[in-house]
Amino acid sequence: MVVEISCEEVWREISKYLDGEISEEMRARMEEHFKGCKHCTAVLDGTRNVVRLVGDARAFELPAGFSNRLYLKLNRRLGKDR
Amino acid sequence: MCLLARRVITCHGEQIVAEDRKAKNEEGNVSCIANLDPTHGQEILEAGDAAGSPATTSAVLTKRPGAASEAELIERVLKGDDEAFRELVRPCEHAVFMATQVILNNEADAEDAAQEAVLKAFTNLAKFRGDSKFSTWLIRIATNEALMKLRKQRHQKLHDSLDEQRDGEEGDYVPRDFADWREIPSEALQKKELRQALSRALTSLTRKHRDVFVLRDVQHFSIEETANLLGIRKSAVKTRLLRARLQMRDALAPGIDGSWSAGRAEYQQVRPW
Repeated sequence: MVVEISCEEVWREISKYLDGEISEEMRARMEEHFKGCKHCTAVLDGTRNVVRLVGDARAFELPAGFSNRLYLKLNRRLGKDR
Repeated sequence: MCLLARRVITCHGEQIVAEDRKAKNEEGNVSCIANLDPTHGQEILEAGDAAGSPATTSAVLTKRPGAASEAELIERVLKGDDEAFRELVRPCEHAVFMATQVILNNEADAEDAAQEAVLKAFTNLAKFRGDSKFSTWLIRIATNEALMKLRKQRHQKLHDSLDEQRDGEEGDYVPRDFADWREIPSEALQKKELRQALSRALTSLTRKHRDVFVLRDVQHFSIEETANLLGIRKSAVKTRLLRARLQMRDALAPGIDGSWSAGRAEYQQVRPW
């Protein structure tokens, strides 16, 4: 028999749940809660989705003019060193 | 020696899996996390590692096409061909900037650190033996540069940190949006709108939450490593990470009205990607 857990408790533990940083007992309680709580499932799905997106190498773009400024600085250094 | 992080970096059109391994010093602190290997990156390691503890990083490449041409380019640079260095660096620009941006979260600072990294790579190129890709080596240098800059900023922002201490412990964060989550596929990252939305959401976090979130979820450092880097307790990392993740989720949610149908105007307004 799994002891029930409130939505508030689930939110407090959701990050650790994603990181696998909770006990087996807590995991079982949370998974039982997710089965019957659409709200907490939505919080879990969204949080997991965000973590996956920001961990993707494509998430950040190069600022405009970055290359030009980089090679300008490099050229200055090359001019000094050569 | 333990595995600190495993990252997938896209550079030269390839996916590079880099594994960072490092030994802790006697106090258990890890003060430097970015280095290519103990031989090639020794100077850079010493510049970025206050404790001077030994570190090693092995770069595992899933694919290495064009390795010979990279070696040729390096040889040309060492013989005085400046243009060859530009050719070497050009395909890595994005990955180098990303490595610094995710740590510093400030375009100007990140660009500055990226430029410094490229200049250091040029200065130290003779020490690069070619056991791994040049891009991997360069990205390690860039990460080191960004971390050094971050440490300096933290030192300068002593007053900020004192203010944060005065804030005391945080209360619980209550999510704002409970509508069914319509998954955003990774392919959508090709859309500028989504990348901008992620940047905006990241900027909306406070500095202390952003630092933790970036190191843990963008750079994939462990909770312990994040705590060591920021000089805070692991429990504080977990608390801040929870809030940051929930806030990021709320920032990317389609709206309190639950307009999740992709065909609806409300959804298009909030999630144009």
